[in-house]
Amino acid sequence: MSTVELSPTDLRNREKSRGSLVLGFGLLVAVTFTLLSLFVLLARIFTQAIPAFRERGTDFITDTIGSEPGISGIWPGLFGSFGIGVGVLLLAVPLGLAAAIYLEEYAKPTRFNRFVIVNIRNLAGVPAVIYGVLGLIIFVGWLRPITNGGSVIAAALTLSVLVLPVIIITGMEAIRSVPTGIREAGYGVGATRWEVTRDHVVPYAMPGILTGTVLALSRALGEAAPLIMIGAITGLLPETSLTGKFTAIPMLIYNWSGRPDSAGGAIGWSNSAAAAGLVLLVLVIAFNLTGVLLRQKFEKKRVGT
Amino acid sequence: MIQVQAVQPERTAESSVVFSVRDLNVFYGEFRAVRDASFDINENEITAFIGPSGCGKTTVLRCLNRMNDFIESARVEGKVQYHGVDLYDPQINSNEVRRRIGMVFQKPNPFPKSIFENVAYGAKLSGRFSKTEINEVVENALRQAALWDEVKDRLKASALGLSGGQQQRLCIARCIAVKPDVILMDEPCSALDPIATARIEDLMQEIKKDFSIIIVTHNMQQAARVSDRTAFFTTEINPESDRRTGVLVEIDSTRKIFSMPSDERTELYVTGRFG
Amino acid sequence: MRAVLGGAAMVTVVISALILFVLFRGAIDFFRSIGWDFGILVDDSAAPGWFPRRERFDLLTIVLGSIVMGLLAMIVAVPLGLGTAVYLSEYAPPRVRRIVKPAVEVLAGIPSVIVGYFALKFIAPNIVDPIFSPDQPRNMLVAGMAIGVLVVPIMASICEDALRAVPMSLREASFGVGARKSTTTVRVVLPAAVSGIVAAFIIATSRAIGETMVAAMAGGRDGSGPRVLSPLEPGLTMTAAMTNAAGGTDQVKAGAPFQVLFFVGLLLFVLTMSLNMIADRVVRKYRQKY
Ligand SMILES: Nc1ncnc2c1ncn2[C@@H]1O[C@H](COP(=O)(O)OP(=O)(O)OP(=O)(O)O)[C@@H](O)[C@H]1O
Ligand SMILES: [Mg+2]
Repeated sequence: MSTVELSPTDLRNREKSRGSLVLGFGLLVAVTFTLLSLFVLLARIFTQAIPAFRERGTDFITDTIGSEPGISGIWPGLFGSFGIGVGVLLLAVPLGLAAAIYLEEYAKPTRFNRFVIVNIRNLAGVPAVIYGVLGLIIFVGWLRPITNGGSVIAAALTLSVLVLPVIIITGMEAIRSVPTGIREAGYGVGATRWEVTRDHVVPYAMPGILTGTVLALSRALGEAAPLIMIGAITGLLPETSLTGKFTAIPMLIYNWSGRPDSAGGAIGWSNSAAAAGLVLLVLVIAFNLTGVLLRQKFEKKRVGT
Repeated sequence: MIQVQAVQPERTAESSVVFSVRDLNVFYGEFRAVRDASFDINENEITAFIGPSGCGKTTVLRCLNRMNDFIESARVEGKVQYHGVDLYDPQINSNEVRRRIGMVFQKPNPFPKSIFENVAYGAKLSGRFSKTEINEVVENALRQAALWDEVKDRLKASALGLSGGQQQRLCIARCIAVKPDVILMDEPCSALDPIATARIEDLMQEIKKDFSIIIVTHNMQQAARVSDRTAFFTTEINPESDRRTGVLVEIDSTRKIFSMPSDERTELYVTGRFG
Repeated sequence: MRAVLGGAAMVTVVISALILFVLFRGAIDFFRSIGWDFGILVDDSAAPGWFPRRERFDLLTIVLGSIVMGLLAMIVAVPLGLGTAVYLSEYAPPRVRRIVKPAVEVLAGIPSVIVGYFALKFIAPNIVDPIFSPDQPRNMLVAGMAIGVLVVPIMASICEDALRAVPMSLREASFGVGARKSTTTVRVVLPAAVSGIVAAFIIATSRAIGETMVAAMAGGRDGSGPRVLSPLEPGLTMTAAMTNAAGGTDQVKAGAPFQVLFFVGLLLFVLTMSLNMIADRVVRKYRQKY
């Protein structure tokens, strides 16, 4: 009997169906456009930034903000962004890490602790501009004796609050991925919970924690909306101080992008804005690279032990 | 579209051969998982693949319907002929191959759709049936898979609500509904209790008149009970690396394999003294 | 030690409480300033608009601004994000994946103010102007497209996670009856991942509505707003309205024109929070399925 109702030659390649061609083509178009938007964006920033750097050289970094693109630099912005970065590292990272350790290692799965975790996840989804409102009232208003109003300190505090959920969430993930065997080994020799956490869990989770730190830092450096809300300066800023008026690189990009390019000078405001954007990107990429290097170092250590 | 004239496979003494495999070698990256396997599979028979874990039974089985295409690192060498057609010929449409050579997996894997949709899925794809015919196809497939009476009142219910044994029979029905020529079964009963296993074994006997079946099993009694022929695979120390490569020791009638195998290793295995 | 660590965790609860407190208190101040005259929020004059300095608060103007730009963003982000996700999870050979995936991550890390610059200096002059020649170089289409680019990575990564969560065995089941890759993708993988994809859509929408810089820089910030629902008109989002209100000189940081930012902030908070919670619920549903 023959159960083969189709001949073997029917196994040959038939024309591809229209559907699979359309799907394949559509996917390729989508990926191409996604990649293209990234590359065009980067290329645009790069090509527009080059004239500014050619014209201004390192003065672009060290000069203060001027009234013309030809004499303008980003020093006050760098100062502000630096302050924000340091603030996040000193404040948000330890605080976030402590919270993550508590929630993963200490907290019992009570209803309240579950609420705390859900709340953190919700905080991560709150728009940045709303953190700006919070900063405006709490850090610029209530804490004026400490921050002296809309200062770098207020900005650092505001952005620390903004990135705190990111640090906690990535920290918790990193800690959760630590094998229980590592903890048991610690308890086995009579260590306390805190000793086990400090000596075994955190070092093991370090690569993940660093990833979160880098993510948070990049985010804090790039945010502009909360800074507008707390009153960062968009005009001239001859003096930089921790407690005086301040600005940051994203604010410069925001402000300079909006100015018309006059026909006169060798470079226009859009070149300055692009150059400031490039500095920001380089900073963010540098942080990411440092993060990767540190992560590798810690991962190697992990293998070693 | 090239409509090559239908060439019926020769129906001579060889006509009962579905698969003719020669010098099959399968690699996962650098690792050679199966070495130089050669065997024939007969039509309308149940062939059992037995052997210790890791000896390449699944690997060989998945070569027979090009399921290995989906494993990035897998590479197949040698000849796999299906009714005289080389399955690995670049001209071959692998979807067509799998339509002809269906597969039932170790873990029941129903789609998260209704029972009806599960069975109708493959049949609809083949485009061979009209809407009304599909209903019939589904019913027949479910009947053949001995599941119809249990589910006929809830065809619209989710397949995920069925028990493990029912799910596996549903997967068999889904496979049958495409009206394949061969059914490959990779340890179809390993997740099931003895009663569900017995039902599936009955079912295999039932449908064997319509299909050629290859079943991988770790259950020696099962192989002895259901199969006409049995292939025994084992692993060998690999001179190229420290991992063990799978080889086909022998393939013969099931009675012979379990009573007087020609290889000592087979005897040790089927009598439970090795593996 | 436990108390110190626990205190750190409690800080997050305090933050949430403060956000709610600040927004509610400010919103109440605003309503007090306008004498609880809710009618002021619905401007039925011939030319309605959002002009806080002139005590005109037509809520529909800024809500429509957010919706139109959010919608435009999703029109860009859904095909690009979902397409990229499907490509990465179902089609991309490992070698291509190793390039595309980090590129999407880099795109996710681009600060929104740089995307705003890109909108102003590239999308407006090189894409929208030549094709549509709008009256204003800054309009909702320019901003919407740029916000779309901004949320593509969110869409892509959440969708990809959802697609990868679909067990391999389901794809094998489909291939096992001879289905093509495209059929398997469309008929088996996408339906199985649908709740994750829906969640991705909701979360991306929430981000698009909450996005401030691009909308403020490229959207036109025009309070006479999108009553003509043409994407080529300039418009004002809720977020941009907030920065407008806060960005004044110190003297104006009082009274209804300033306080309105808390009211808008509260609306935005409730809106994005609801979207996120819905998404969370949808995600939880699909986690349970397998
Ligand atoms: N996808 C894969 N990638 C790499 N190696 C694989 C892959 N699948 C199987 N192998 C290896 O190939 C060898 C044969 O595996 P296979 O699954 O075919 O064995 P098996 O006989 O079916 O075993 P079991 O009885 O446990 O199912 C094993 O050494 C296994 O580790
Ligand atoms: Mg196996």
